[in-house]
Amino acid sequence: MSGVEGYNFAYLDEQTKRMIRRALLKAVAVPGYQVPFASREMPLPYGWGTGGIQVTAAVLGADDTLKVIDQGADDTTNAVSIRRFFAKTAGVATTTRTAEATVIQTRHRIPEQPLTEGQILVYQVPTPEPLRWLEPREAETRVLHALGDYGVMQVELYEDIAIHGKIKRAYDYPVEVAQRYMTSPSPIPKFDNPKLSNSPALQLFGAGREKRIYAIPPHTPVRSLDFEDYPFDVDHPGQPCALCGDRASYLDEIVTDDKGSRMFVCSDTDHCAERRGEIPQ
Amino acid sequence: MYVAVKGGEKAIDAAHEWLAEERRGNPEVPELSVGQIAEQLGLAVDRVMAEASLYDRELASLALKQAQGDVIEAVFLLRAYRTTLPRFGASLSVDTGAMHIDRRISATFKDLPGGQVLGPTYDYTHRLLDFTLAAEGKAPAAPTAVPRDETMPRVLDLLADEGLMEREEAPADESGPVPDLTREPLTYPAGRALRLQGLARGDEGFLLSLGYSTQRGYGRNHPFAGEIRQGTVSVEVEVPELGFAIDIGDVMLTECQSVNQFKGDAVRPAQFTRGYGLVFGRGERKAMAMALVDRALRAEELGEAVQGPAQDEEFVLSHTDNVEASGFVQHLKLPHYVDFQAELQLVRSLRAARVAKKEAAE
Repeated sequence: MSGVEGYNFAYLDEQTKRMIRRALLKAVAVPGYQVPFASREMPLPYGWGTGGIQVTAAVLGADDTLKVIDQGADDTTNAVSIRRFFAKTAGVATTTRTAEATVIQTRHRIPEQPLTEGQILVYQVPTPEPLRWLEPREAETRVLHALGDYGVMQVELYEDIAIHGKIKRAYDYPVEVAQRYMTSPSPIPKFDNPKLSNSPALQLFGAGREKRIYAIPPHTPVRSLDFEDYPFDVDHPGQPCALCGDRASYLDEIVTDDKGSRMFVCSDTDHCAERRGEIPQ
Repeated sequence: MYVAVKGGEKAIDAAHEWLAEERRGNPEVPELSVGQIAEQLGLAVDRVMAEASLYDRELASLALKQAQGDVIEAVFLLRAYRTTLPRFGASLSVDTGAMHIDRRISATFKDLPGGQVLGPTYDYTHRLLDFTLAAEGKAPAAPTAVPRDETMPRVLDLLADEGLMEREEAPADESGPVPDLTREPLTYPAGRALRLQGLARGDEGFLLSLGYSTQRGYGRNHPFAGEIRQGTVSVEVEVPELGFAIDIGDVMLTECQSVNQFKGDAVRPAQFTRGYGLVFGRGERKAMAMALVDRALRAEELGEAVQGPAQDEEFVLSHTDNVEASGFVQHLKLPHYVDFQAELQLVRSLRAARVAKKEAAE
């Protein structure tokens, strides 16, 4: 079954996959709650997507079609490396098309094209604990989550507004999942936060180094933290993509010379290529 | 098109080929064999085995060769291999009291049963570059002698017999599963068994610095090197079908037990306590550092004030793993365009708001 001699389908042995699936089931049952799991050492470095890779390995079947993106792009080196890893160890079909993929592993972005029922979006997560920068101790943060005691974050966000006039978080913007757990959306730009809520797709989050898995099941409400008088909003550079003209997509800024010239282009390469007609619909 | 990021696949392939060429070096210089590494770079091999938690000299040597001598990269290679291996079970506890000794020293007693045995140590070498090694001079044969005493009781047991040293009590029931931090997620407080596992595979440099910090006052615990012993012990496994333990081979270990003061409290009289270090191979520096850190981490248990980072279990255990640390530090070179773009917009808007505010005030 496997593409590589001596290794199981999708690299991990079946016992390990079972352990991960149990953690996933628990994560889906308790949306936004961080489930500890016995993360394995993967042949790729910690911090490079080992959590996402383990989750993908556990959910991947032989008839799945896999898409891997990093910064929204399919052709960034780490996305290439992970896609190859599964093409080699699982022999599954791969694609760059969001619509064609059944499993999408991502780092730092949610695709522009709305996801559909039956799709699974797997996030690579460096720091699953949204309270980590306010309280470094796991023993403490677990208690805060258990009690739903999130005052420390409210104060942090309030102080941002008091000092800077706005909440000073551009990515990894904390959310509340299903009116209960405060959760890190992983370092996606806050631009992507609205897509987390009520998505028809299953969203799974894997943090390999920190050994945590969590989930946002389909059709689950997700609220980006805010205040009544300072509602959540997203930033946009205010100009269209220089390549496809989209005014609503998330843009990367490209420095084109050393005189301050720059252009803005879609970070989601599949979305941009499709709009430019490079890919037949 | 300006946005020319296509071609990642080709770039990766080319980089790997270049790496293979770099690894080989000048082809006119004979290639290093795995056997040469195992025999002649033994301490590097030991460190790789210890921090990878896999006792296999040949694979550790291969990992070192593949990693061009980069120890942490070699540890990573060996760990990634280890994680694919099935776990058959746990051995019986090894008996370091019955160790076949190469080296055994105590800093607390001038002489003791079994004597002080220096063994193959760098301790008293003068660190002068030996140019005969560069000239490939032959090593002289070392003299041999008969051991003074076959039995070498552990120094700390001698103190314990007198009631001066705390006894380590074995759990009443050892039939349960041995905790394994490579198979279960670590949660805090971890307890000493898992703590020692974490330290045994922890980064030598990190533990060395932490141990050193306790000596400089960040969690001082008055250590003496009660005993350091190095040698081989046999590993025994109980096979259910046989009903008795069989010897499956020998491993080289270094054990360090430190002797530390304990002032006593309401229920316990003053006595000595121990810090424990045990590592694969001749990892003496690591074993000593581990013993210091183990003892420092017992601060809470012994009612001592927690003042230094070495005494903080969650801090020590969550940062001691060099494969985790290396991966996460180096992931910073992965693209972060998206987050940086979000930050750029934020900083620009904050600066614009400030200018607008200033202008409004004028």
